[in-house]
Amino acid sequence: MKKAIWTAAFWCALCGVALWLLNALFMPKYMSEIPEGALIAEYYQETTDHDVVMIGDCEVYENFSPDLLWREYGITSYIRGSAQQLVWQSYYLMEETLKHETPKVMVFNVLSMKYGEPQSEAYNRLNLDGMRLSPQKLAAIEASMTEEESFLSYLFPLLRYHTRWSELKGEDLTYLFHRDILSDSGYLMNVQVRPAENVPPGRPLADYSFAPVCWDYLDKMADLCDRHGVQLVLIKAPSLYPYWYDQWEEQIEEYAAERNLPYINFLELTEEIGIDFQTDTYDSGLHLNLYGAEKLSRWFGAWLTERCPVEDRRGQEPYESIWSEKSSAYAIRKERLEAEWRAENTA
Amino acid sequence: MSFASTRFLLFLAVLFLLYYTIPRRYQWKLLLAGSLFFYYFAGWWCLIYISVTTVTTYLTARKLDELAREQGAWFKEHRGELSKEERKVRKARDKSIRFRWMLSCLLVNFGILAVVKYTNFVIGNVNGALSLFGGGQLPTLSLVLPMGISFYTFQAMGYLIDVYWGKCSAERNFGKFALFVTFFPQLIQGPISRFGDLSRTLCEEHAWDCRQIAMGGERVLWGLAKKLIIADRLAIPLRTLVGDPEQYSGVYVLAVIFLYAVQLYADFTGGIDITIGVAQMLGIQVTENFQRPFFSKNVAEYWRRWHITMGTWFRDYLFYPMSVSKPVLKLHQRCRNRFGRFGKHISVHTCSLILWFVTGVWHGASWNFIVWGMLNGVVIIVSQELEPLYAKFHARFPQLDGSRGWDLVQILRTFWLMGAIRVLDVYRDVPLTFRQLASIVADFRPQVLWDGSFLELGIGSGDWLVAAAGTGAMLVCSLLGRRRPVRERLLDHSPHLAWAGCTALVLFTLIFGVYGIGFDATQFIYNQF
Repeated sequence: MKKAIWTAAFWCALCGVALWLLNALFMPKYMSEIPEGALIAEYYQETTDHDVVMIGDCEVYENFSPDLLWREYGITSYIRGSAQQLVWQSYYLMEETLKHETPKVMVFNVLSMKYGEPQSEAYNRLNLDGMRLSPQKLAAIEASMTEEESFLSYLFPLLRYHTRWSELKGEDLTYLFHRDILSDSGYLMNVQVRPAENVPPGRPLADYSFAPVCWDYLDKMADLCDRHGVQLVLIKAPSLYPYWYDQWEEQIEEYAAERNLPYINFLELTEEIGIDFQTDTYDSGLHLNLYGAEKLSRWFGAWLTERCPVEDRRGQEPYESIWSEKSSAYAIRKERLEAEWRAENTA
Repeated sequence: MSFASTRFLLFLAVLFLLYYTIPRRYQWKLLLAGSLFFYYFAGWWCLIYISVTTVTTYLTARKLDELAREQGAWFKEHRGELSKEERKVRKARDKSIRFRWMLSCLLVNFGILAVVKYTNFVIGNVNGALSLFGGGQLPTLSLVLPMGISFYTFQAMGYLIDVYWGKCSAERNFGKFALFVTFFPQLIQGPISRFGDLSRTLCEEHAWDCRQIAMGGERVLWGLAKKLIIADRLAIPLRTLVGDPEQYSGVYVLAVIFLYAVQLYADFTGGIDITIGVAQMLGIQVTENFQRPFFSKNVAEYWRRWHITMGTWFRDYLFYPMSVSKPVLKLHQRCRNRFGRFGKHISVHTCSLILWFVTGVWHGASWNFIVWGMLNGVVIIVSQELEPLYAKFHARFPQLDGSRGWDLVQILRTFWLMGAIRVLDVYRDVPLTFRQLASIVADFRPQVLWDGSFLELGIGSGDWLVAAAGTGAMLVCSLLGRRRPVRERLLDHSPHLAWAGCTALVLFTLIFGVYGIGFDATQFIYNQF
């Protein structure tokens, strides 16, 4: 009997190890394609805390440069952004972030208020797969799942990604246990230039009200920041599309005033900031390129320094050495991407 | 709640843990609660149907038992007072009373089955006939078939007939009888158990038995692997092939015959493996439903080895009673007098055709199933009539008897013949099926076998390879398990090897199984019956 139990235990353990390895093997690595998928997990490799944490969708991780905030203002910041991040995902990421650190300022981009229900499995995966297992992750999964999805497949990704058996590549083995850092403190750099021309006007909507669930989560964010003594800043990034309606703007303005929260609509400040949609966007106005992001960050850095309790940490250790390294990596990446873009244009 | 779903596995895990932790006298009660909970997932309204069957059958069986006891007691008391003739009359009257009770219950339950399963089929045919004469159309009804109704109705009615025949006593405990009807592993696709077989272990107290649990668990894994790796993978190209019959004719129809045979086998035996495995894990013995049917050398043998419990049900409760019924015996006598030797067979063949007609109707309310059933009957009758010819042939070539080559020829002949009849179930349209079968000769086009066309049917070369490897594994296990199941041999030979096999099954099923987003969860094919 004892022998049988040991045999069973041995094989169960072996099966467990094999499953763990298979989970790691089959999980998409996002190292050469769809780098957005790697962003959420990169945060856990950070070794210091941050004064500013920005949370939101692509309008955050494509439009702000934490490196510039450091270089010009000594602000330590990080972007916890991911593609089509929904309000409840932002909330749970915020809650999870506050378990790791207590920044001075949390910035939330309000575009996702327009989504009142789970959108697509693909984006859910990009947002949730990278999160470490925690009560926040479980709650985020529960809130985000579309009808066709299964909760279990988030806990055991092999159940979702087993179909990749016929498309596994060398990359899946190379990055079995580690990942490269693809972003600069959550910022996904792009140096290409594609001017914004013929931006389509917003189509009239039947109902401009944000869904009650979005307001609930926004309330929860404000309450959470209140409890932790963190200043919540609401922003609308200067992306020309998806269209930001005046009716939406009014609702957010009203809410910010009611909760006494700062709200900046960067769409109204593009001239002041100096954003030129002929040169500062890489996809015709949807997102800013590096040059646009640096302009925007320059303005925002000044605003943060003036209006929020952030410190200039240049010269302070360990920030100085860590951010120096980050800046070098940023400069190298910028140089490489610019060279690639030039080569593409020349070709 | 499909067997191949995480919800079912979770349900099973919880039930299993509770089953072996609660006091043993409550085990069967837990199973009953679990079975009702399981069935509830098919829709609460399904519980109404199964309750009607359970209650009516239970009460009627009790009544039959009571009548038999009373009649027996009366006879004992008055035996001396009655003449032989009076005793005969009295017995016939008693039997008739009991028969009427049984018949009313059979009518209620088969009536329910007929209404929910066949009403729209009948209306459709009436409408077809009316349209020929320019008449109006009857509206079809929106009836939803309760899950597993054909299986549990047949199981309950089999029990009732057994009680009527005195083969078993009526179960006194309603809960235990309800468990017999609703026992969840076999509720949705059989096997159709007999009360005498199943009840022996169903309500017993079961102690933890490592060997039985391990064997059951292995069988569940094997069933899941067959379903998810082979059956659901082959369902994808089959959908493509059947979806566009114009394009996929000729040699593709041979592919449909072969692929559907493998898919149906993997699907149905996979489901039955899960059923028997789950029951075994709970200490309960469920009747086997398959005995390596694709190794059959003729159609009659095939039907003795495929869906065994359905075949024996029809044989015991329909064919035999029908064969010895007064009208058939009269027919037999008349035909023998009129047609001589051949006439002797007419009544048996008539019963056979009725049996196969009912078998076809049982499988589904459509003409394709009826034609399928009748074709099976015709093939069996023709085989029986040709037996003298076979005997002459074997006398001429005695070396063929027992030769492996000849065995293989017979096995392949039966496989392809049954496969060709079975495609009626795939195309679900009788004229289309025959057109497709004819195209094998008229429009063969063998080049599609090697020009890459099979890679455009919804699955790639890797998937074909996995399906082929899985089918090969099934074949090897069938061959190795002729005398004793492979898992039993493994467990006895080396526990480590058995565990390695289980681990491999878990991993292979998780990796190569067809499930999750992007795939329609394919229900087990036999769930629809």
